[in-house]
Amino acid sequence: MANDTQQVLTAHTGQPAVFEEARDPVTRRAFIKSVIATGAVASTGGLMLTGLSGCSDDATPAAGSVERLVTLNINGKSRPVDVLPNESLAMTLRYKLGLTGTKLACDRGECGACTVLIDDVTHNSCSTLTHSVRGREVTTVEGLEQPDGALHPVQQAMIDELGPQCGFCTPGQVMSGVALLKNNPSPTREEVREGMAGNLCRCGAYDHYLNSIMRAARVS
Amino acid sequence: MSTKDVMPQFALFQPTDIENALDLLEKYGERGWKVAGGQDSYDWFKDRAKRPEAVIDLGGIAELSGIRETAEGVEIGAMTTLTEIVENTIISGSYGVLAQAASRVASPQIRNAGTLGGNLNQDARCWYYRSGLDCYRAGGNTCYADTPEGMNREHCLFGASRCVAVTPSDTAAAIVALDAEMVIHGPAGERIVPAQEFFIGPAVNITRMTVVEPSELLVAVRIPSKWAGANFYFEKVADRNTWDFPLVNVASSMIVKDGIVEDIRIVCSGVECVPKRIEGAEQIAIGSAPDAETADLAGGTASRGATPLNYNHFKIPLMENLVKRAIRGEA
Ligand SMILES: Cc1cc2nc3c(=O)[nH]c(=O)nc-3n(C[C@H](O)[C@H](O)[C@H](O)COP(=O)(O)OP(=O)(O)OC[C@H]3O[C@@H](n4cnc5c(N)ncnc54)[C@H](O)[C@@H]3O)c2cc1C
Ligand code: SF4
Ligand code: FES
Ligand code: FES
Repeated sequence: MANDTQQVLTAHTGQPAVFEEARDPVTRRAFIKSVIATGAVASTGGLMLTGLSGCSDDATPAAGSVERLVTLNINGKSRPVDVLPNESLAMTLRYKLGLTGTKLACDRGECGACTVLIDDVTHNSCSTLTHSVRGREVTTVEGLEQPDGALHPVQQAMIDELGPQCGFCTPGQVMSGVALLKNNPSPTREEVREGMAGNLCRCGAYDHYLNSIMRAARVS
Repeated sequence: MSTKDVMPQFALFQPTDIENALDLLEKYGERGWKVAGGQDSYDWFKDRAKRPEAVIDLGGIAELSGIRETAEGVEIGAMTTLTEIVENTIISGSYGVLAQAASRVASPQIRNAGTLGGNLNQDARCWYYRSGLDCYRAGGNTCYADTPEGMNREHCLFGASRCVAVTPSDTAAAIVALDAEMVIHGPAGERIVPAQEFFIGPAVNITRMTVVEPSELLVAVRIPSKWAGANFYFEKVADRNTWDFPLVNVASSMIVKDGIVEDIRIVCSGVECVPKRIEGAEQIAIGSAPDAETADLAGGTASRGATPLNYNHFKIPLMENLVKRAIRGEA
């Protein structure tokens, strides 16, 4: 760790990435989709990453090097962003796109606080490489509200049932509930338990969350 | 050790066909790392315990995904996610033991990203090793788990050879219980390895869990129709129902004719570095009725030869009971 910290202090610029857009199945050997970049190692989270955003230096780029800039589809909007090859989606969302509704807790796939939808399926964004979601639809908790400000039925039901306690795990719980009801609009309580099993709640508000999802299923 | 920072730097490649992936693997050798769903890999990188120079993301290779029926049975692409396996009607209908095993892995989110190939090739979960200690498996000169003070409740009963780690894979036991064949591609072309020989223990290679070389790729898993629609059993005992790895699991396939066991495979994960076939118990069951008497007789022999460590004696009755239930059912 000491080493990494050192690196952050001394080398906070990365070499620009080699990166080619859109996956194309007919592409041949010469067009290996690649990102070759030397990302700086940040040790203490967000601020460092924000500082890195958009950075580039004049170190010799690897052959075929292009912009590290990619365009992601987040909550139905195209978001251009500079992404390190070694960057997780949670980092990109929170520290580069300002979407802090997605929480980062364990950063190891063990809690579900960072749950987002990728093509309507739940994923832990801490355990997803941002470069792997190009061309896919990402939905975060910020993307659930209707244009007129109406909350998603799962969000409304969480309020009506007093689902959350401290609220830290709530965005992740909401995303799992939304995905579950998309797949199975009238689940049994047991099915909801299984569907929400990947979201840890330190406050132990599990039963309230179950009530919320059951209510959302009834009203939607 | 849980810090929230980015992973250390690496070059990222996203090939769209197997050939390109193999070229990259050959080029980078030990310095390269295949990533499927990344659910095992990213933790290693975040903890700085493994630091590949190049990451080869297999996610863009369409031909590695999907479940196809063939003349001989069914073929599952290595990049098929665990969720796809759980939801697939061919698997749940005819080879249910694999669907059940996949459904008990980790959490819904991890099953949505994690692949069959990644689950079968995942590394040991010994926490001394995972925390970056320089143990035998990491190329060092000692085992931290196999000491009088070592915390070895999760470690092995069989096959220790300097390292006492176990296979943590839930699907591995099911794959062996189905006599699957593993299709591996590498610089020398294709080779097919029976599931039981796919997993390797520390006496064979202490730094790897499977026969897949750094320059090779598991492409698909073939399940023969021999076991289609057999009587299957899967049970996993873990500390929590979500996230936790099996302390012991059992997967079995049984063909019963006229009330008599004609053929059977019984396999446990969590007791050895490889999924352990319980051949003694299989032999006792064959030719008998799958009833309580047979189960007691066969199950009682399941742990024969076990050499427990300080804290894992409980695994002996646990695996015996699981084997009994595999033969007679849960009742
Ligand atoms: C919190 C948590 C809980 C978990 N609980 C369980 C559990 O209960 N049971 C269980 O079985 N697992 C469990 N796991 C492990 C998880 O299921 C696996 O990590 C996951 O299935 C791996 O799949 P992946 O595609 O994400 O693998 P990756 O991380 O992409 O790959 C894993 C390893 O396999 C190699 N690999 C991947 N694909 C191939 C291929 N095609 N050919 C050759 N090598 C390949 C990679 O190089 C890497 O070394 C858990 C993981 C976490 C983080
Ligand atoms: S059991 Fe294996 S992985 Fe764990 S400390 Fe011992 S040698 Fe290392
Ligand atoms: S922060 Fe991603 S699972 Fe905990
Ligand atoms: S409400 Fe506090 S962690 Fe879930």
